Amino acid sequence: MSSEEVPAGAPHDAPRHAGGPIAIVAGHGEFARGVISAVQHITGYGARLLPLIIHGLGPADIEDALLRLVDESGARVIFTDLPAGSCTIAAGRVARARPDVLVVTGVSLPALLYFVMHEGAAPADAARQAIDRARTALRVVGGATRGD
Amino acid sequence: MGIELFRIDDRLIHGQVVVGWGRPLNVGFIALVDDEVADSDWEQELYRMGVPPEIEVYFATVQAAAGALERWRADPRPGIVLTGDVDTMRRLIDAALGIAAVNLGGVHHRADRVQRLRYVYLSSEEERTLRALAARGIRITAQDVPAARPVPLEDVLVMRGES
Repeated sequence: MSSEEVPAGAPHDAPRHAGGPIAIVAGHGEFARGVISAVQHITGYGARLLPLIIHGLGPADIEDALLRLVDESGARVIFTDLPAGSCTIAAGRVARARPDVLVVTGVSLPALLYFVMHEGAAPADAARQAIDRARTALRVVGGATRGD
Repeated sequence: MGIELFRIDDRLIHGQVVVGWGRPLNVGFIALVDDEVADSDWEQELYRMGVPPEIEVYFATVQAAAGALERWRADPRPGIVLTGDVDTMRRLIDAALGIAAVNLGGVHHRADRVQRLRYVYLSSEEERTLRALAARGIRITAQDVPAARPVPLEDVLVMRGES
């Protein structure tokens, strides 16, 4: 299993509904708001993502908040920042309670950009493609030492 | 080396533990002491998922942890022992000898709790338990991450969430 994915135990190949939020972004600090602001700035599609800020929330509160967002918005993908994070643990529990929910961890701006630009695709396909995009976006530029 | 930190954190294994403390302490193992998690393969898989392969994770009930404590202390690798609440740490201390210091790393909002620090909310029962542990000579400080200032229990208990 890839470290970026949590299996939810159900297929995720249904096309997504157009118009509303299509995913939730949950992370530490202001990560979610910050990365969604960047998505909005670049694509204008920031509204396709819902942020979850977890300041001061205990594990049960995070899980409740995620479950509420999932149920109210219809979003079926949860992006989290760290595999070792309380958001990921809570999201894993939500995916267990709602087997059509998919969790993607270690999310980055390139992944989200790809995802929001492919609104009509099936969530699992879009998520996998987004992960591939994010991987190829990781590059080292420069850094040559003397003598190289 | 052995156990570097006994920590109460209701988020259990998460970023602050694995990265925030794990990296500077060069942690080789994390012992998660929780009766429910110790009884659930699914929960254990969830917590293991976020831990890099170089860190070993043990899941133990309070009783099993008390029995394993000497082995963990003798481990050449630095380790962290985690409980999810004050009472579980109290039960571990009652069941095992030699726990000299406890880190309050994260006890979050609940209806019966009062906010003391940004990351510490305590019920009156939890406050009584912590005071009793301190009276037994156990040093209790609140500190979410290594870079933060440790706050002694007596200061925590007079705060109202201002820091």
